[in-house]
Amino acid sequence: MTTTASPRLPDLLPGDGSAGALGGARRFAMPATFLVFGLVDILLGARSHGSAILSFTPQFAKVTIPNLTIPAAGTCYLSGALTLLLAVAALVPAVAPRAVPSLGNRAWRRVAIGVVLFLFVIALLAWSDVSQSSGGSEAIPINIVNLLSGSLNQSIPIMLGAITGVICSRSGVINIAIEGQLLLGAFCAAIATSATGSLWIGLVCGALAGSLVGSLLAVFAIAYIVDQVVLGVVLNGLILGLTGYLYNSILVPYGDTLNSPATFNLWKIPGLGDIPILGPVFFDSTVFLYITYIVLAFVSFALFRTRWGLRTRAIGEHPVAADTVGIRVLALRYRNVILAGLIAGIGGAYFTIGSVGSFGINMSSGEGYIALAAMIFGRYTPWGAVLAALLFGFTTQLQSILSSINVPIQSNLLLLTPYVVTIIVVAGLVGKVRGPKAEGVPYVKA
Amino acid sequence: MSEPAGTEEPSSERSSSAGTFSQVFAKALEGNTVTVTVLAIVTAAVVGGLLAAFTNPVVLHAPAGDIIPKAWSVVAGTYVALFEGSIVNPHTVAAFFQQASLPTAVHDGFLGAVFNPLSETCVAATPLILAGLAVAVPYQAGMFNIGGQSQLIGGMILSAWLGFGVSMPIVIHVIVCVIGGFVGGAVLGWLAGEIKARTGAHEVIVTIMLNYIMAYLLAYLLSSPSLLQKPGSTDLITPEVASSAHLPQLFGNGIMRVNAGFLLALACAFGAWWLMNRTTTGFELRAVGANPSAARVAGMRVEHAWVLVMSIAGGLAGLGGTAIVLGTDFAVNPSNFGTYGIDAITVALLGRGRPAGVVWAGLLFGALTAASPGMQSQANTPVQIVQVLTSVIVLFVAAPPLIRTMFRLRATRARGVGTTMSKGWNA
Amino acid sequence: MERQSVSGMQLELKGITKRFGSLVANDGISLSVTPGQVHALLGENGAGKTTLMNVLYGLLQPDEGEIHIDGKAASFHSPKDAIGAGIGMVHQHFMLVPPFTVAENVTLGIEQVRPGGLLDAGRTRREVRELSHRYGMDVDPDAIVEDLPVGIQQRVEIVKALVRNASVLVLDEPTAVLTPGETQELFRIIRQLRDSGTSIIFISHKLKEVQEIADTITVLRRGKVVGERKPPATEADLAALMVGRDVQLRVTKAPATPGDVVLSVDSLVVPAAVSSVHGTPATASTQAPVNGLSFDVRAGEILGIAGVQGNGQTELCEALMGLLPVASGSVRLNGKDLTQATPRARLDAGIAYVPEDRREDGLVGSFSVAENLVLNSYDRKPFARGITLSLPTIAANAMARIKEFDVRTESPAAPAGSLSGGNQQKVILARELGEGTKLLIASQPTRGLDVGSIEFVHKRIVEQRDQGVAVLIVSSELDEIYALADRIAVIYEGEITGFRPPGVDAAELGRLMAGGTDLPNTPLPEDAP
Repeated sequence: MTTTASPRLPDLLPGDGSAGALGGARRFAMPATFLVFGLVDILLGARSHGSAILSFTPQFAKVTIPNLTIPAAGTCYLSGALTLLLAVAALVPAVAPRAVPSLGNRAWRRVAIGVVLFLFVIALLAWSDVSQSSGGSEAIPINIVNLLSGSLNQSIPIMLGAITGVICSRSGVINIAIEGQLLLGAFCAAIATSATGSLWIGLVCGALAGSLVGSLLAVFAIAYIVDQVVLGVVLNGLILGLTGYLYNSILVPYGDTLNSPATFNLWKIPGLGDIPILGPVFFDSTVFLYITYIVLAFVSFALFRTRWGLRTRAIGEHPVAADTVGIRVLALRYRNVILAGLIAGIGGAYFTIGSVGSFGINMSSGEGYIALAAMIFGRYTPWGAVLAALLFGFTTQLQSILSSINVPIQSNLLLLTPYVVTIIVVAGLVGKVRGPKAEGVPYVKA
Repeated sequence: MSEPAGTEEPSSERSSSAGTFSQVFAKALEGNTVTVTVLAIVTAAVVGGLLAAFTNPVVLHAPAGDIIPKAWSVVAGTYVALFEGSIVNPHTVAAFFQQASLPTAVHDGFLGAVFNPLSETCVAATPLILAGLAVAVPYQAGMFNIGGQSQLIGGMILSAWLGFGVSMPIVIHVIVCVIGGFVGGAVLGWLAGEIKARTGAHEVIVTIMLNYIMAYLLAYLLSSPSLLQKPGSTDLITPEVASSAHLPQLFGNGIMRVNAGFLLALACAFGAWWLMNRTTTGFELRAVGANPSAARVAGMRVEHAWVLVMSIAGGLAGLGGTAIVLGTDFAVNPSNFGTYGIDAITVALLGRGRPAGVVWAGLLFGALTAASPGMQSQANTPVQIVQVLTSVIVLFVAAPPLIRTMFRLRATRARGVGTTMSKGWNA
Repeated sequence: MERQSVSGMQLELKGITKRFGSLVANDGISLSVTPGQVHALLGENGAGKTTLMNVLYGLLQPDEGEIHIDGKAASFHSPKDAIGAGIGMVHQHFMLVPPFTVAENVTLGIEQVRPGGLLDAGRTRREVRELSHRYGMDVDPDAIVEDLPVGIQQRVEIVKALVRNASVLVLDEPTAVLTPGETQELFRIIRQLRDSGTSIIFISHKLKEVQEIADTITVLRRGKVVGERKPPATEADLAALMVGRDVQLRVTKAPATPGDVVLSVDSLVVPAAVSSVHGTPATASTQAPVNGLSFDVRAGEILGIAGVQGNGQTELCEALMGLLPVASGSVRLNGKDLTQATPRARLDAGIAYVPEDRREDGLVGSFSVAENLVLNSYDRKPFARGITLSLPTIAANAMARIKEFDVRTESPAAPAGSLSGGNQQKVILARELGEGTKLLIASQPTRGLDVGSIEFVHKRIVEQRDQGVAVLIVSSELDEIYALADRIAVIYEGEITGFRPPGVDAAELGRLMAGGTDLPNTPLPEDAP
C-alpha cells in the first residue's frame, strides 16, 4: 500500500540501513570489507617468493597456449594496492555523499565488488602457486582453463536452483526446499536412468521430481498457509530422510540395476568450442551446461519482457492489486512454483547423471541452501543469481585445485570459505536486499 | 471415524442428554491441538508402515498372493521393534521374573534390562529436547534458528576441551564443563543474532551457513594434532574427557545410560518456560516476536532482544552438545552432532514452540531414535525411517486444515505451528 | 484497444445485504446510478460504503440482493467480471504495484502482447499518453509509480480504469490524501469525465466536497440508506442524516489555562530515510520529511497540528518518540534535552504516546488486553518484582483499567487483536493516560472510530489537558482539530506554515495546508498567552 509517501515504522526497523547508528555502520561496510581484502592481498605478497605460472591449455588440446609467468609477490602487492585504492574510493560516498555522486550508484558498487574479488583471486592464485613449491623448485603451473570450466560445471546445480528460487520468490513464495528439489532430482534421475538405460528419460524424471517437491511446497504454502520458511526446512528433512531410507532399503541391495546410471558425455559445440581459452571453458561440456544457458536466457527474458513475467512480478509485489485487475493470483503461484521445480530438478539430476554416476546419501550437501543465498545475493534477478552461484562454484573449485597442488592450507578451512563468503556477502556487502514485497506472505482473500 | 459434517448440532444440547463421554468425544471432534497432533502421528505411522512394507526386499520378491501377509509381517516387525526398542521389551520382563529372587534379579542387572529401552529413549531425547528448545525459544521472539547444529558443535568443542584439557576437582569439573558448553553454543547464537541486528541479514541464511562452517571447523580441529586431535591418533577424534567431567548416571554404573543430562534438559525446559512467561525479559522477548514495531514504540530494544534470545538459544543447543560429550560419547568425533540440527526443528515444531511441548516431542522422537537400530536389525527397516516419520508428522501438524479434511473434523481454533508465524522474509 | 466513446450505463443495486458474522455491513441497500452523473455516497466511517463498493466490484459476494446493468441482472464473482461489465474502481488504498512503471501498472491484466506473450510496451505507452492528455492528467507512462506523488498515483488509477473502458467509475474516499488544490484538480477531471458520459460514484464522509461535486447524494448510516438528496442540500440536513442526531460540532470544554512550556521543539530536522526500494542513500534532492520545525506546547493546553496526511506528521511524532533519527535541531521536555534520548528514556521522562497506527505500533495483537495494558511498564514496580512479572498485579490493573475506560472485552485475557477499533484505542489510552504524564502526543487519535468512541476519546484528552498535561494532537481531520485544539499549527511539507487561534475559519487553514505563506500581520500565538 503506497497511499502515503511516508515510510512506515516497520520499514525503519534496522536492516534497511535507515535507522541512525545502524545506517552509519552499514555505510562503512563496503570500504571496510575492501580494506580487509586489500590488506590480505598485501599479506599474501609478503609471504610469496618467486614466480607463479598460469597455464591456459586444456588437456589433450591440439593447440597449446604459452604459459604465463608472473612475479608472485609483485602481483599480490599490485592487487593489494589497487584494492586499497578502491577502498578509498568507496569511502568517499560514505563520508561525503555529495562529493562524487557517481561513486554512490549501484553500477559502480557492483563493478567495484567484482574487481576487488577478481584481484583477490589473482593474488591468491599467485601466492598459492609459489607456496606449494618449497625451496628453489619451480612452481607447478595452475591451469586456469580447468579452474574456470570446473567452476562453471560445479555451479550448475546452484545456478539452476537459484533460478528456481528467483521464480518462486518473484511469485511471492519463499522456496527453501531447493535443497530437497536437488536431492530428489538426483535420486530419481539415477534410478530412472539405471532402470531404463536412457539418460534423457533420467533427465526428465529428475525434472519431474523437482516439480513434485514444488507441488508439495505449493499445496502446503498456498492452500494450507503453512509458514514457508518452516515448510521448506521440513520438506528438506523429509526428502533427506526419504532418499536416505530408500537408498539403504533399495539402492544398496539392487545397486547394479537401480544405482549405476550412465552419465552424459561431453559435447563440444562445433566452431564455438574451438575458440582458445573460451571454447573449452564455455562450449565443451555436458548438456547440463547448455540447458543452464537456455534456462537463464529464457527466464531472464520472460521475467522482464513478457506478459507472464509482468504478472508474476505483480503477484509477488502486490497480489491484491493483481487480483483487482483480474489476475488469478493463486493459480499463477501454483503454476510458477510447480514449473520452477522442473529447473531445480534438472540441477539435481546433474549430480548423478551429469557428474558422479551414482546416487549417494545427502549428495546435494547443502548446495540448495547456497542457491538460496545466491538468489538473495543476486538481488532476485536470474543473471544476478547465476553470477553469485558462479562465485560459490569458483570457491569450491579453487579449493579442490589448490588442494590438488598441495597448497599448505587445511582443506577443511578451504571448504568452509564459501560459507564464510556467503555470510560476508549477505551481511556486509549487500546488507538487506529488498525482496519482492509479498514474498512469503500467503494471499488470502477477504 | 466421525459423523458426517452436515449433521452437527449444538454440542450443549447433546452433552446434556448423553453425558460426559460424548462431551469428550465432541470436543475431540472439534479438531483441537491435541487431536490434530495425535491424528498426525497416527497418519505418519500409517505412511511409514506402507513405506517400510513396500520397500522391503522380502515383500518385493514375494509371490503375488503372498504380498499382503509378508507386508503385514514387515510392518508389524517394524513397529514391534519400535516398541521394544523404546519402551519395554517383553523378553527382558520375562527374564526378570524367571530369576530366583528379586534382589538377585536387581543385582544381576535384569531390572536394568527391563528399563533399558526407556533409558535409551531418555538418552536420545536429551539433546533433542535441548536443541529443540534452542529453536522454540527464539521462535517465540520471532526468530527462526536453524543454527542448532553449529551451536551444538560449539558446545561440544568447548565442553570437551574443558573436559580433557583441564583437570579440576570432581563436582566442580563437570559444572565448569556444562557452563563451558552453554558458552560455546551461546557464542554462535550471539554471532547470528548480532549479524542480524547490525546488518539485517536474515537469520535463516546466516545460521545455515554457520552450520557448515562449524562442521568444517570441527573437522579441521580434529585433524590438527596441535589443536583437538587425540595425540598419537590418526583418527578424527579428541582425547576422552576425564571421568570427573562425566555427567553422573542416574541409576548407578549399570547398563542404563540415562544420566544427569536428561534432568538438565528437563530443567532447561522448565527454565525456558519460566523465562518466557514469568519474567520481564520474557515479556519483552515475546512482545518483540509478536509485533516488533509496537515493542519498539513501547520502549523495548528490539535488536537487543534478538541478540539476547539467540544467545540463550545457542547456549541451550550448546548444552545439547555437552550432554552428548559428557553423558554418552565422552569424546568428540565428526559425527557426534548427527542430524540434531534438523531434528531440533521438527521437535520444536511438533511441540508448537512451547517448552512442555518440546519435552513431549523430544521424548517421542527420542523413542524413535532409540528404537531405530532395532528396527534395522529385526525388520530390515533402515534407520532413516525416523527422519521420514518425524517430517511427515510435522507436515501434518503444520497444516491442521489438511488433517481436518482427511478426518472430517470440524473447523475450530486449532492453529498450526506454521500458520502462527506465516509472514515473509521482509517482515 | 482504443477507448470508445462511453455509452451511458444504467447501474442499479437492488436490496444488497452483506453480513460479516453477526455484523450487518450492508442492509438491503438499493441505489440507482444515472449515466453521466456524479452520484455521491455519503456516510461515516463504518457506515458500509466501502463494503457496498467491494460488492459492486466483485471483491465480495452479497448475501442477498442483485446488481442490474441496463435493466439486466449481473453477477460479479471477481473483479474481472466487474471490469468486463464496465465498472472501474479507484480504491482508497491504491491498487498499484509500487516498483512498476505507470505503463506496466496500466497494462497489467489486459496486457497488449505480440506473438509469444511478448509485451508491447510502445502501444501501452501511447494509450496512457493519449488518455492522460485528453483529460488533462499529465501522467508520464515511464515513471516508476512509487516515485510519484499521491495525487498523480490517483490519476494513474483513473487512467487504469479508463483504459478498461469503464463507464462507471467508483472513487473511494479520493480526497483523503489530497491537498485542497489537488482536490480541485481531481474535481475538474471528474467533471470532464462526467461530461463525456461516464458515471461517477463518489464515496466520501466530507459534507462540503459532496455538496460541491455531486449531482445526487445518497446517505448511508449503519449499512442502510437513510436518505437521498439533490444539491443544494444544507450541511446541517446532510450531517443529521449521516450521524442520525443533531451533531454537536464542538466538544464542550473550558478555556485553556496554559502554564509553563513543557515541550519545546526547535528547528527539528528529520532526514529522509534511505529508500527502501533501491537501497541507495538518499540524495541531496530528497526532501527531509521534517524540515526545521519549531513549536512549544505548554502545560494545560492542546496544540493541534493540522495538515494533509503525508506532510511529515508521522515522522514528526516518531522523531519526538525517538523512533527516527534526528539530523539537527532539539527536543526539550521541561528544559531537559531529549533530542538523542531512547524511546525508553522519553517514556520515563513522562511522555505518553498514542500512535497513528494502533494495530501496528500501539498494540501487540496476539497479547492479552492485560498484557497490552502494561506494554511499557511491565518491568517496573508494581508490575515487576525484580526480574519476575507480578501476574496478580497485572491482572488487577487490567480489571481496574478496563472498568475505568469502559473497554468492551470478554475478558482481560482476550487477545487485544480481537477487539473492535474503538476498544483497542481505549486500551491504548488506558495504558498511556496514567499518573506522571507530562506530555501526551496523540496522532490521529480517532481515525476509524465510531461517533461514540470519538466522543469518549476527545473527552479523555480534554480531561488530561485540564489536569495540566501538555497535549499535542496531530490530525488530518479538521473537525477533530477544531474540536480539541486551543491553538492550531498547520504543517506543510515538513514545515509549519502558520499558527492560528481555534476560531480561525476553515478556508484560511486550507490555504495554509496547501502551502500558503503565513501573512506577516497575523498575530503569532506565542504572543497570546
